[in-house]
Amino acid sequence: MEPAQMSDDEAAAFVRRRRGRNIALLVVLVALVVIFYAITMAKLTSSVS
Amino acid sequence: MSDLIRRGATAPLSISSGAISADWSELRDWVALLKPRVMTLVVFTGLIGLLLAPGHIHPVLGTVAILCIALGAGAAGCINMWYDRDIDAVMRRTARRPIPAGRVEPGAALAFGITLSVLSVLMMGLATNAVAGAWLAGSILFYVFIYTMWLKRRTPQNIVIGGAAGAFPPVIGWAAVTGGVDVLPLILFAIVFTWTPPHFWSLSLWAHDDYARAGVPMLPVAAGARETRRQIMLYTLVLAPLGLLPVLMGQAGWVYGAYALSLGAGFLFHAWRVLTEPQDASGVSLVGDRAAKAAFRFSLLHLAGLFAAIALDHWLRAAGVLG
Repeated sequence: MEPAQMSDDEAAAFVRRRRGRNIALLVVLVALVVIFYAITMAKLTSSVS
Repeated sequence: MSDLIRRGATAPLSISSGAISADWSELRDWVALLKPRVMTLVVFTGLIGLLLAPGHIHPVLGTVAILCIALGAGAAGCINMWYDRDIDAVMRRTARRPIPAGRVEPGAALAFGITLSVLSVLMMGLATNAVAGAWLAGSILFYVFIYTMWLKRRTPQNIVIGGAAGAFPPVIGWAAVTGGVDVLPLILFAIVFTWTPPHFWSLSLWAHDDYARAGVPMLPVAAGARETRRQIMLYTLVLAPLGLLPVLMGQAGWVYGAYALSLGAGFLFHAWRVLTEPQDASGVSLVGDRAAKAAFRFSLLHLAGLFAAIALDHWLRAAGVLG
């Protein structure tokens, strides 16, 4: 079966969308790391105090 | 994946992706799936529940709890959009949503909603306690299974019972701090629960054609506009005194009482205008549903005002300003 074909414009739009998606995913992952770190530190601080 | 990007029938397309900027329109669609406008009110009522609760919560954990309430509400909204994509496509108000417009794949939206649901519940349990996590899970499941899948397309009482889903946030906020539930959050639950039908029926009076086209038995479709106007009045008659319950039960002072009295009177005034505005024999407005639109706008102000007032009253009393 032939792979799907795209014009130049469609391919460029595809790459732009994929780039946006990848950056958003990166932001989400970093945010999760920060949130879980913050939760851990807050829990530790609360239990110590 | 790049193998799939081909120009013509032969050579693979070579794109210098470094020269191409990111497209954020897709991100906007994913955010739209979370129903951000609904989320605003949910976050606000959840925050008030959290602030009113006795005891202390670390500010970071409190912030995470509110984030989880927002994510959970958004996740439930996302799954709702996935399930309702067929009726959303035929309703003018919802046809441009990401799934019916073809901008987001239904399966991807469902996966997004489920992932966010699980994440929000786990994070809530981890940051605060299991009780708050369980309430959040219950509210998501209620909205998805009881309201969206069971009631919405079957009964004109859909929004009455389903309204409970939107009433959970103050209870969740309270539970995040205390690990339990008390009288005040249950009163707040009752206020949002009773507020939802007149709020939503005001909207459905002028969105009547949309619901009829989609076959959703909202009250104006199933029982007619005249009966809907009567029901809006009846529910508002229950809601107005219910707003005073925190004062009567010693949970709030006169500052809140004065606000609740005036806001309740304001909502009754709007409900009366909805009941009596010029209409034909079946109750359909002859003046473009002006009264229903005004009542809908006021209902938002009413709920936000009530919750802001009870928080203000609480702080003033805690600071000793009101004794």
